[in-house]
Amino acid sequence: MTAVLLAAATKVDAGVFVAAAAIILSGAIGVVISRNPVHAALCLVLTLFGVAILFVAQEAHFLAAVQVIVYAGAIVVLFLFVIMLIGVDRSEDIRQEPLRGQRPIAVLLGIIALAEILLLSRGTDWATGAPSLGGPADGDLPNVEKLAESIFTRYLFAFEITSVLLVIAVVGAVTLVRKPPPEETADDDEPPVAPVTAVAATAEGNTP
Amino acid sequence: MSAAQTLLLAGDPVFADGVDGAVLLIVAVKVLVAFAVLMVSVLFMVWFERKLVSDMQARIGPNRAGPWGLLQTLADGIKLFFKEDLLPDQADRRVFRLAPYLSLVPAFLTFAIVPVGGVIHIGERSTLLQVADPPVGILFLLAMSSVAVYGVMLAGWASGSKYPLLGSVRASAQMVSYEAALGLSVAAVVLVSGSLLTSEIVAEQSGGLPFKWNMFRLGFVPFAIFCLAATAELNRPPFDLVEAEQELVGGFHTEYSSLRFALFFLAEFMSTVVMSAIIVTLFLGGPAGPAPDGGILGAIVPIGWFLAKMFVFLFTYVWLRATLPRFRYDQLMDLGWKRLIPLSLFWLLVLAGMRVDRKYGFAVFAGGALLGLLLIRALQIGRATTEGEVGHAPAFEETR
Repeated sequence: MTAVLLAAATKVDAGVFVAAAAIILSGAIGVVISRNPVHAALCLVLTLFGVAILFVAQEAHFLAAVQVIVYAGAIVVLFLFVIMLIGVDRSEDIRQEPLRGQRPIAVLLGIIALAEILLLSRGTDWATGAPSLGGPADGDLPNVEKLAESIFTRYLFAFEITSVLLVIAVVGAVTLVRKPPPEETADDDEPPVAPVTAVAATAEGNTP
Repeated sequence: MSAAQTLLLAGDPVFADGVDGAVLLIVAVKVLVAFAVLMVSVLFMVWFERKLVSDMQARIGPNRAGPWGLLQTLADGIKLFFKEDLLPDQADRRVFRLAPYLSLVPAFLTFAIVPVGGVIHIGERSTLLQVADPPVGILFLLAMSSVAVYGVMLAGWASGSKYPLLGSVRASAQMVSYEAALGLSVAAVVLVSGSLLTSEIVAEQSGGLPFKWNMFRLGFVPFAIFCLAATAELNRPPFDLVEAEQELVGGFHTEYSSLRFALFFLAEFMSTVVMSAIIVTLFLGGPAGPAPDGGILGAIVPIGWFLAKMFVFLFTYVWLRATLPRFRYDQLMDLGWKRLIPLSLFWLLVLAGMRVDRKYGFAVFAGGALLGLLLIRALQIGRATTEGEVGHAPAFEETR
């Protein structure tokens, strides 16, 4: 399997791939087995960095930079921000399943996905680990120009639809965050917690 | 050709004939020199800040260790080295140990993309006076500054005590917010320069100074926004809410002592030095300036220009610290989200219009100004009608 994967690549490429794969996998395993949500988020950052390395190895430099800036720099930071602010940063007991029957189904789906990937890599010639096999980012021009060209010509519609989706998400988030005047907040499950107490609770969780 | 080879080939002429021992030596020397220069400049910067602030406050300042107190920082470093390293009882040990390095390493790495001078020739080889010239160029700055957020954030969380936590929550919100404005002003530079590479951004600005510098070419607004956002990103006064002594003891590094505290201290000053270098690179033409052609002088004079421009910003940072009071937290957020980001988006549109044709640029400018005025009027009316009904975002309420 490894031989097939690395057949078309040079030694350096193979080394980079193996190192990045090790980083990604250890991060991914860490996300699953960490009991502390903050540790899990940090392991997720590790995985994202590994993926960024793979992007660089495939000469998608721009994508790698955006991966670090957006995912590691903004999204996971927001995860951490929320974890710290609402105070769920204590170790959780993972022996009890939060959803009934979730774990067997997860294992099954994982095996199916793995089998699918292995099958696909057998049947086709593109999954060899060699860099930039005729992808759209191949060629002499800088990454950004090629990306811009494909986004603003061929994939314009998809691009615009995605941005509309994002705008809808932003508007939705703002609408949800904006609390109506106090007498109408009774439809929540919990009584509305004043932000001051929320943060105080977070701090006290760390200093009992 | 493998991916790693193309990566090395991009940019620096030293890699043009492949990689051999001499090339490796040149690269290693560049890395070591950059490291040493950065450390020495931090030593100098700490002394300079203390001395200048005391001058502005009519005090004497450090004057015992070495001539003019120059060795004071070294003495402090040695003192910190021998202090006891405390680990709080409630701390998350691994993250607590990791956090200082997450602050320090990005500052180091960012300096790698700064072109300090032009091309120099060593024997038959020539090389750029910068450690690396990666294809992602200036995006590397944004990537590193987003990694630097983790250092501050995790330090506060891992300490397991409330003031550091408050400091780190403030820090993460502040740094993420101002990164947007920072990125948009970098986008303006990239738009006009037509390249992400720092070496090309600098080359684009050379000659015909100072009117070819991006500071003037982009109409001053991106420069001003970048400087403001960079100050907030560095957590320097007047945006140093992260470590507001009066409210948060020491902010995110309250629980740190000894060498780990020294690392945070080092990281803060190093980021200041590096960010000044980045401002010079992006907006003031880097090493551009009148210099003789070729020879040793031709290599040294541009470095002198670079350092002189950098010094202006280092001085300004200290000056701001000695002069301005700290912002209130909601003022900080208002400035970032409601003023800097819309303004930089608007200016980016104007610059894009100017790139197509001058009249489009002016049309965008006029249209934008009109819409802006309408928006301000609409906000005024909205405020008058919903007076007192709608609060601020709840997440930030507590820090008032």
